Amino acid sequence: MDINRKNFTRSRKRVETRLKFYGLTSICFSLLMLATLLISIGLNGYTALQQAYFKISIPVDASEFTSEDGNILKNKINLYDWDGTVNRSFNKLFPEVKSRDDRKKLFSIISSNSGYDFKEIVKKRSLDKGKTVLTVWLSLSDDADQYLKGRLSKDIPEKDRRISNQEIKWVDSLVERKIAQLKFNKTFFTAADSREPESAGILGAVVGSALTLTITILFALPLAVMASIYLEYFAKPGKVTDFIEVNINNLAAVPSIVFGLLGLSVFLSTFGLPRSAPLVGGLVLGLMTLPTIIIATRASIRSIPPSIREAALGLGASKMQAAMHHVLPLATPGILTGTIIGMAQALGETAPLLMIGMVAFIIDVPSSFTSSATAMPVQIFMWSDSAERAFYERSSLAILFLVGFLIIMNLIAVVLRKKFEKRW
Amino acid sequence: MFTLPLSFVFVILVGVSLFFFYFSKKSIVQKSAQIGQRSKTLSTYYGQNAFLWSFIPSCLILILISLAGPNYVDQIFFARVQELNPKFNDSFISLILSKVINVANGKIGTDDQKILTLANEYKIATEKLYFYRGLVVILCASMLGLLVSYLQKPKTNARDKVETFIINLFFISAVIAILTTASIILSLLFEALKFFNLYNFFEFLFGLHWAPNVAIRTDQVASDGSFGMIPVLAGTLLVSFIAMCVAIPVGLYSAIYLAEFAAPKIRDYIKPTLEILAGIPTVVYGYFAALTAAPFFRDVGGSIGLSVSSESALAAGAVMGIMIIPFISSLSDDVIRAVPQSLRDGSMGLGATKAETIYRVILPAALPGLVGAVLLAVSRAIGETMIVVMAAGLSAKLTANPLDSVTTVTVQIVSLLTGDTEFDDIKTLSAFGLGLALFFFTLILNVIALTVSRRLSERYE
Amino acid sequence: MKKDGDTMKQKLIAENVDVFYGEKQAINNISLGINENTITALIGPSGCGKSTFLRCLNRMNDVIDTCKISGKILMDNTDIYGTEVDPVELRAKVGMVFQKPNPFPKSIFENIAYGPRIHGLASNNSELKDIVLSSLEKAGLIDEVKDRLDDQATGLSGGQQQRICIARAIAVSPEVILMDEPCSALDPIATAKIEELMNELSQSYTIVIVTHSMQQAARVSKKTAFFHLGDLIEYNDTDKIFTQPENEKTQDYITGRFG
Repeated sequence: MDINRKNFTRSRKRVETRLKFYGLTSICFSLLMLATLLISIGLNGYTALQQAYFKISIPVDASEFTSEDGNILKNKINLYDWDGTVNRSFNKLFPEVKSRDDRKKLFSIISSNSGYDFKEIVKKRSLDKGKTVLTVWLSLSDDADQYLKGRLSKDIPEKDRRISNQEIKWVDSLVERKIAQLKFNKTFFTAADSREPESAGILGAVVGSALTLTITILFALPLAVMASIYLEYFAKPGKVTDFIEVNINNLAAVPSIVFGLLGLSVFLSTFGLPRSAPLVGGLVLGLMTLPTIIIATRASIRSIPPSIREAALGLGASKMQAAMHHVLPLATPGILTGTIIGMAQALGETAPLLMIGMVAFIIDVPSSFTSSATAMPVQIFMWSDSAERAFYERSSLAILFLVGFLIIMNLIAVVLRKKFEKRW
Repeated sequence: MFTLPLSFVFVILVGVSLFFFYFSKKSIVQKSAQIGQRSKTLSTYYGQNAFLWSFIPSCLILILISLAGPNYVDQIFFARVQELNPKFNDSFISLILSKVINVANGKIGTDDQKILTLANEYKIATEKLYFYRGLVVILCASMLGLLVSYLQKPKTNARDKVETFIINLFFISAVIAILTTASIILSLLFEALKFFNLYNFFEFLFGLHWAPNVAIRTDQVASDGSFGMIPVLAGTLLVSFIAMCVAIPVGLYSAIYLAEFAAPKIRDYIKPTLEILAGIPTVVYGYFAALTAAPFFRDVGGSIGLSVSSESALAAGAVMGIMIIPFISSLSDDVIRAVPQSLRDGSMGLGATKAETIYRVILPAALPGLVGAVLLAVSRAIGETMIVVMAAGLSAKLTANPLDSVTTVTVQIVSLLTGDTEFDDIKTLSAFGLGLALFFFTLILNVIALTVSRRLSERYE
Repeated sequence: MKKDGDTMKQKLIAENVDVFYGEKQAINNISLGINENTITALIGPSGCGKSTFLRCLNRMNDVIDTCKISGKILMDNTDIYGTEVDPVELRAKVGMVFQKPNPFPKSIFENIAYGPRIHGLASNNSELKDIVLSSLEKAGLIDEVKDRLDDQATGLSGGQQQRICIARAIAVSPEVILMDEPCSALDPIATAKIEELMNELSQSYTIVIVTHSMQQAARVSKKTAFFHLGDLIEYNDTDKIFTQPENEKTQDYITGRFG
């Protein structure tokens, strides 16, 4: 009898051990997945911080595109044969390459934007009149770059490889001569999108996201604060107020893509606002984050003890004065926290932006709220859809920056909440 | 005529309104000095009243004209282009019109004399519009400001007026939530109805075949593409089901451990870490699913002799599940912790173990909240877009095999609406049909979830 | 119930006041006059309606949506529930001090200056400072805080916080001050100080105080009203109430038989 009892108790205890074990395993699984996600993306992405460059000396005849007093003539500089100039100089490094076909292959190991890049370098330097020889570093092509980073192994059969044996030989020869090497990839931070991975950067997307979020916060924050104050202090309990509440709670759970559809049919086709513009993107994301901020703001207003408000009312302050002078300033940290979380959500959002055309290929850094733009997550989406390996690593690096930034935003929110968490 | 850009008009408007703020404030002080009586409220409220009346209505007019004006000019010129040659079809006219606009803005050049003339007129018309916009806005601001300043007497209760104005503004802000929902429903319904004009509603709802690849010709008969949403819906449910298989057990057990077993210190670290998982953008999960998880499942499947599609529902679903874990765990954690301590004490006091208390007392008590959390998570999974766009397939198959490739509602919406599609194309319209279905599906889940969990919180209040 | 021969001017007169919270009636048909420049105490067991009645006197109940009031409350012969009376202006004349000290989480100076600011009582900063200092002086706080006017008011002791709240009410120059159990959260020494302060203030202000402590009522008030279950049972001079109450319930309450 006693032994039975003991066994019974032991088996009851075992259930508990098992439950604990499931719980721990679940948490470890989640943490493991987080680690896998971040590490795999990190390993993929860190190499994009570098880019393969080659050193080359190129003769230029500045008199062909500068005026007498040394100013660059806009129309002439664009007509100058930059591609040819760079290619001819590059050909000189490999004098044995003669035939048209071979030369074409040779030029494929350097960036097809070399001519343009060289032109931009020339524009920035003040040149002597007449012929000069410039020594510059220019980008190798993305395939050569991936080969140098060891991402394209020689073990793969040649026909499945994006870079041929001959091209590998040329690249190796450049490396041997110490005129090709991996250097810090400045382009990634200073350029907008491009068809060529070696000329593509995130600046366009970063500016696009910044413009979009500016609209989002200008739109959502005032509306959310005003709506929250109304609902907390002025709304008479009744059907209208209930209906507003139900709507806000539901909107918080509506799939984000539906907001994209709303933007497409209301902002684009009814109001005729421009496609792909940060203005529209910001409004759509603003509508999307509005419920998040309202819910946070109301919670924060409610956490202010009513005695503060009563004190103000007892002194003859009106309801509005009590709310604006006392409650709102005290609720500000909570409102800020909610806003940061809402903005983080908006910054990471992709689907609604696809609907309103912010998925376009745009090579300029956007300059206004109505110019065509893209955003960080959309850029990541587009790059990971491309065929070139070199875009994968750029996509990963972009993710690292985006996620890093989001984590910082969330940390600020957490710290803010901790710091201002007042026990009344 | 000189141009009046938006920013300039806005600055002037602010200036005019500020002027009336100070003007009203000063004039009320003078007026009350004249009759030797203190003004009923602080003088600043008289200023605020004038400012609000001068600024807000004019600001609304400014926004309205800026939104509708250019559209109106475009419409006029659309007709003008049409006059050039009545045989042009609409899309060709749009093309010419955009060329005219680009020429007018100096973005491109042209040799075509007709376009040049039109562009010139377009430029003048736009400048005229901007000029009148500025004029109307400034006039409106000045007149209202002047009127209000004139009407205010020291015995006017300006504070009351300002507050009523602001409360009405607040009310309108709150109503935006209703307007948003209404415009979602109306816009989806409007476009979807156009679709159902072209395509049978019941065939859409119950059709077993989804192949929206209508040829590009404009004289195409709609029936050539088929839009039966069942396979798309089935794909959505399959992916969501896989996601739930991952997220529900992991999320629930994590929540139980965190709420009932974990030391407070450990909890303080693990909770924010899990929240990082929740804060990662979905496009990142999509990237992970497409480039890491899908090849992994394919290779593992291949090594044990299973053929796994490289766009398998399994990969998309599993990664989506990982995304939803923190969602379920944090909602459930809140629900479990909301169960009153007295229930725990009661059970433990009877000699129950912690596990028995959890299984027999806490979980049943928290059940409505947990159901609510799971329903919200399902709604989230169904509406999730980026993971499936990047990792799931495009072809609609009616299958329950998780190793096969399936498509989902959101994937179809994205693929139908990205790229340069005509707005009245049947493909575009079908996307709104899907959007409407998606909205109602998730709406029902959300309403049930919110109602169920509200019951819980009422029970323990 | 008014005592004959009472020659003092009545500042506030309640006539047939009923208060409902939703369906529930909190106060039944109460009529009562409150003398100018005296302290009137409202006593009674919890839930008897004394706080509700107090909050009617400056329309603080307006803030509660479900609260309905009927009857008349006259202040200097005008009905404070009349349509032309702005509750905001009324509350400037009828100040209130609450049960728990509730200073704003701002500096001491800002706390006192808030009322004069919103009512425009000072036309410049030096006037404002004068008001603040004289209010602190009237509240007997000036020596304790004059060197730290910029410190947070929430950092003071409970008794000091409550006197800040009284000073804050005085700064608006009210005619009546309502006090809702102002000492219930304080220790005996702080309580004594507040009572002393009330005595001084009663020279120039009409004070109505709700209290749980009968000793306090006996110590500070001139007149006392006893409430029970929403009814006014007895209203008379404090000495009378505590020595020879007319009503049996009053007798039971003050001798501690219930409550």
